[in-house]
Amino acid sequence: MGNTVLEIENLRTSFSIGEKYYPAVDDVSLKVHENEVLAIVGESGCGKSALALSIIGLHEQRTTRLEGQVNFKGQNLLKLSRKRLNKIRGKEMGMIFQDPMTALNPLAAIGAQIEEPMKYHLKLSAADMKKRTLELLRRVGIKNENRIYSQYPHELSGGMRQRVVIAIALACDPVLLLADEPTTALDVTIQAQIMDLMKELQAQMKTGIILITHDLGVVAEMADKVAVMYAGQIVELAEVNELFNHPMHPYTRSLLNSIPSNMPNKDKLHVIQGIVPTLQKLERTGCRFAPRIPWIPASEHEENPIIHEVKPNHFVRCTCYKNFHFEEGELGEDDHVLT
Amino acid sequence: MSLLKVNDLKVHFPIRGGFFKRVVDYVRATDGISFEIEPGETYGLVGESGCGKTTTGRAVIGLNHVTSGEILFEGKDIAKLRGKEKRLHTRDIQMIFQDPYSSLNSRKRVLDIVAEPLRNFERLSPDEELSRVQALVERVGLNPEAVYRYPHQFSGGQRQRIGIARALTLNPKLIIADEPVSALDVSVQAQVLNFMQDIQKEFNLSYLFISHDLGVVQHLCDRIGIMYRGRLVEEGLAEDIYENPQHIYTKRLISAIPEMDPAKRLEKTHLRQAIDEEYYAGYEQSFDENGRLFDLKKISDSHSVSTP
Ligand SMILES: Nc1ncnc2c1ncn2[C@@H]1O[C@H](COP(=O)(O)OP(=O)(O)OP(=O)(O)O)[C@@H](O)[C@H]1O
Ligand SMILES: Nc1ncnc2c1ncn2[C@@H]1O[C@H](COP(=O)(O)OP(=O)(O)OP(=O)(O)O)[C@@H](O)[C@H]1O
Ligand SMILES: [Mg+2]
Ligand SMILES: [Mg+2]
Repeated sequence: MGNTVLEIENLRTSFSIGEKYYPAVDDVSLKVHENEVLAIVGESGCGKSALALSIIGLHEQRTTRLEGQVNFKGQNLLKLSRKRLNKIRGKEMGMIFQDPMTALNPLAAIGAQIEEPMKYHLKLSAADMKKRTLELLRRVGIKNENRIYSQYPHELSGGMRQRVVIAIALACDPVLLLADEPTTALDVTIQAQIMDLMKELQAQMKTGIILITHDLGVVAEMADKVAVMYAGQIVELAEVNELFNHPMHPYTRSLLNSIPSNMPNKDKLHVIQGIVPTLQKLERTGCRFAPRIPWIPASEHEENPIIHEVKPNHFVRCTCYKNFHFEEGELGEDDHVLT
Repeated sequence: MSLLKVNDLKVHFPIRGGFFKRVVDYVRATDGISFEIEPGETYGLVGESGCGKTTTGRAVIGLNHVTSGEILFEGKDIAKLRGKEKRLHTRDIQMIFQDPYSSLNSRKRVLDIVAEPLRNFERLSPDEELSRVQALVERVGLNPEAVYRYPHQFSGGQRQRIGIARALTLNPKLIIADEPVSALDVSVQAQVLNFMQDIQKEFNLSYLFISHDLGVVQHLCDRIGIMYRGRLVEEGLAEDIYENPQHIYTKRLISAIPEMDPAKRLEKTHLRQAIDEEYYAGYEQSFDENGRLFDLKKISDSHSVSTP
């Protein structure tokens, strides 16, 4: 395995709501190495984007509190000045945002927006920048790149905007890429093309990638390691085949069980019952998943769940996985063996 | 009578260029599309990124200028209406937008966002309004207190569900759902799709369901139109499309549905390669001499295909 590119230690990101701060990311520690793809999966609202935005320092400072460490190239990013951070952002670190419209400037032409980081970080002539930009557009699967170059964000389709955001993130060959749902709006053919593009970047720059996605097919295809998040915490971490073949945490097992094609011909799709509590309502002692599996007695949970290394490099939070079973009448588990 | 009947709809956007920003050409985003939706029916509009799905949906609800063609809603051509009359006739059509964040007003609380369509058309006491909004918000899997917060305080998937709740407040007859669940993980996706099916039964709702993923619409659609470069290349009942696809582009989309069963994966890979070869070899034959896809021709009562 290569050198560590990014090391997150005990990161806590809290948002102020009303008078108080509530953590959305709670004591997360993770490492990303060169050439490695770390996938982060978890239910909508569990804190994945909050985690990514904390790394790159893009939360609104006024309403956000960050604690812990984010070490990148020997410096703690949480302690850097805006100016130093701007130097890193867009060059050594690229980010693909979940919401393309907020990441794009509605008043600037697409070409200019892709060239912006190049102008700042690379020393290229105007002609070379344009050449590189058109090339990038083609590589993210945009066919009429000359037209798109001079168009504005609102004139593009949803999937085209997402690909422009990808082009911006890749413009300066980053060594760390944060990709937040990079392919949700894209059909499988283009999705495959984008994944190849990320792999090429990796081969060239040894880029470490944090890939946030709810698409387990993409995880299976791309990831080396997978971190599963629930309510702001990592609940399971393992190498990808290990995780799919031997999921342990009840949340991970429920998640794998809700893949549609694992339940042929069912009228109703599998749902993990209950909803994620809001940040204010979230009970912060005890196992956070316990309320979603009420048929598992309290005695099976740890009082203060910690992460256990249950096998080499396979980590699980809480002991409730040991005697977990699906609720009676529910479909059992199929095997999720990946070949 | 069908609830919605779209007749030869065209939406062309000008491309401007040169010194004087003159119109040099057009993007033919929607280029002669016809389809019908019955009450209680779900019609899937499926195709690759940029093929014109959103443009078509936005034209139906009146957000895009229509270049030509008819949009008959309950028999009345709404493509030609303007202003107040249009609003009155389109109150029964709502849209769930593909881009949830920019379609929500960032300065308003969720309560006001979801209740806004209600306020335009109905008189409710604040208490009635609150409980109606909270009930909706809960049905899409969010906490009832969420109504007092602002859009930026939500995650991507949560915002998408706010957009869904908003589209439902007025009990519309037709909902144009533009990729309504693509930002959601499988479990929440299932929760929202189940909910959409429940209310469909309850209120005899119709959906125009836009998606790039034939896998997602499989469980949901009665009929499906496959769109490619602004045109329909095939249309039929769900079983026509999945079990008897005719156009090579449809076959390609179906072969692209990910296979989760490891035992079948290799077989699927071979099928995909064979279809890709056929697709590239026959590509030119899909178009007429002007480079336009052929019109649809009926091959059975329910099933049509674009052929010469
Ligand atoms: N600026 C903010 N102020 C207050 N709460 C916030 C803010 N941003 C996010 N949250 C809350 O923090 C939690 C985590 O949000 P986050 O966006 O990280 O979720 P996510 O895992 O990315 O979900 P999704 O898959 O839906 O995008 C959610 O409960 C969300 O409502
Ligand atoms: N306002 C506009 N001005 C100019 N061109 C536009 C405008 N809106 C859409 N287009 C163009 O029309 C084509 C179709 O766009 P549309 O948004 O309908 O695609 P889509 O099928 O919804 O794709 P996606 O799956 O990526 O959302 C694209 O080439 C787009 O650039
Ligand atoms: Mg997110
Ligand atoms: Mg679209």
